Amino acid sequence: MNRFDYVRAETLGAAIGAEGALLAGGTNLLDLMKIGVATPDRLIDISRLPLDRIEQSGGGLRIGAMVRNAEIARDPQVLARYPALAEALLSGASAQLRNAATTGGNVMQATRCSYFQDPLSPCNRREPGSGCGALGGATRNHAVLGWTEGCIAVHPSDMCVALAAYDAVVEITGPGGLREVAMEEFHPLPDADGAGKPPLMPGEIITHIRLPDPGALARNARYVKLRERTSFAFAIVSAAAALAIEDGVITEARLALGGVAARPWRCRKAEEALKGQPASAESFARAAELATEGARPSGDNAAKTPLAQRIALRALERAAAGTPERLPALPASVFAGDDNG
Amino acid sequence: MTPTLNLTINGVPQQIALDDPRATLLDVLRERLGLTGTKKGCDRGQCGACTVLIDGMRMNSCLALALSHDGAEITTVEGLAQGDTLHPVQAAFIAHDGFQCGYCTPGQIMSAVGLIAEGEAGLDPERVREGMSGNLCRCAAYAGITEAVLDATREITAGREERETA
Ligand SMILES: Cc1cc2nc3c(=O)[nH]c(=O)nc-3n(C[C@H](O)[C@H](O)[C@H](O)COP(=O)(O)OP(=O)(O)OC[C@H]3O[C@@H](n4cnc5c(N)ncnc54)[C@H](O)[C@@H]3O)c2cc1C
Ligand code: SF4
Ligand code: FES
Ligand code: FES
Repeated sequence: MNRFDYVRAETLGAAIGAEGALLAGGTNLLDLMKIGVATPDRLIDISRLPLDRIEQSGGGLRIGAMVRNAEIARDPQVLARYPALAEALLSGASAQLRNAATTGGNVMQATRCSYFQDPLSPCNRREPGSGCGALGGATRNHAVLGWTEGCIAVHPSDMCVALAAYDAVVEITGPGGLREVAMEEFHPLPDADGAGKPPLMPGEIITHIRLPDPGALARNARYVKLRERTSFAFAIVSAAAALAIEDGVITEARLALGGVAARPWRCRKAEEALKGQPASAESFARAAELATEGARPSGDNAAKTPLAQRIALRALERAAAGTPERLPALPASVFAGDDNG
Repeated sequence: MTPTLNLTINGVPQQIALDDPRATLLDVLRERLGLTGTKKGCDRGQCGACTVLIDGMRMNSCLALALSHDGAEITTVEGLAQGDTLHPVQAAFIAHDGFQCGYCTPGQIMSAVGLIAEGEAGLDPERVREGMSGNLCRCAAYAGITEAVLDATREITAGREERETA
């Protein structure tokens, strides 16, 4: 790890426009510094900023960027009204990491692409213009949607997939004032030459995530995550689904995929196709197929497309069955049983 | 200027002159304070061997920048026993063979103390296994670990109830 200066920002004003890397929980930044991928000269510690509350906001919730992942997952409002968000969070990392990881840090966490993590490999994301080391390499974890030859990495967050399904908005403050971006579009897709422009401009900071009123989606929402082991592993593919069902007919549907693209992937076509249809196996099967429309392998990962369809189907079926009173012992697991579990 | 780090470790206030801002909490515990009970496995958040309680919450000390936790209360495995009386979690790990080589054990024990305090797993073995999944054991003592955590949970909740009714 290179040497750096350390300063603590006591106020939001001190953090905005500050030069250096922002340190929140440190569970991603310190990791990247240890392997020489992040080499900041200066750390701005924002972990004590007073952005650590979950508040009511216009029928929905506003989550401060410093709220720990574990705290969101056990918040009674989140469990009652946004259960797919709690399930997504509980399916990610470990209890220790969730106690340290913050909302803002989770959104901003870097890809787990192994070529990105190896400073000796070319990587357009780490070093613009150097090429993409992953192309033609070990690509089973890489993107099948929205990729270019500039970058085929996926965003690793589980939380962001559920947030995108709930139409969450990212609140950003910078030297130029406030701006807001839909979670769904916050992470840029790659362009022909590389990873695309960064999501934040220098000096900007995420202050909150806003969740609109879930309305009738509240109790038919689930997250399902396929991994190489049942717990403490990143997604191969994952899906967040939320449904509003009236007399057996779907009045509103939300579906987002994780592990398939550089951002959480909202499946608008599938959502449209579900609207007005009976909450039936046939409706869900058709939607799951539409969910991956446009998918193509970026290497040795053609299997991801059918896997994503199956996980989307499972998430829709579980959402239709109703969110259980208590989240299952193995959150988001495919082994949690096909009933309500 | 050498910054001074203030930490309360196992109830004892400590002032540590930190000449290098790069130190993690794990490095401070092991290298500066000689508290080598807390182990370094992966140093990257992947194994749980370095688990300690920071202000009562279990976290990986290898990914905690020491300076960021100035003023915090830290509990390590050295701070659990009362004199010669083991903490119920420690006693349960012995009673149930919750280890073989012992390297992961301090992290397992601290994680279990955190899990029981969170109070969400209760006596459901599946929830205990899931709640302990941030702690890997290369000797695969998992069956014993789960038994130990369940037993310690019973012991600690019984103690709590006794105190409440007393
Ligand atoms: C072993 C391991 C397993 C994991 N498994 C999973 C998993 O299964 N699923 C999953 O989703 N995640 C997983 N993670 C990732 C984890 O969720 C992230 O490390 C964590 O959420 C980052 O939060 P932090 O507060 O620690 O961020 P930090 O490490 O402090 O920061 C991360 C990045 O975000 C920036 N940043 C932080 N806060 C802000 C802000 N408010 N505004 C602007 N920029 C900001 C920092 O500058 C830095 O670039 C895992 C991590 C580890 C180490
Ligand atoms: S896929 Fe993206 S992150 Fe990975 S090596 Fe290529 S450019 Fe870098
Ligand atoms: S040493 Fe900290 S998690 Fe492995
Ligand atoms: S007892 Fe040997 S690693 Fe767990």
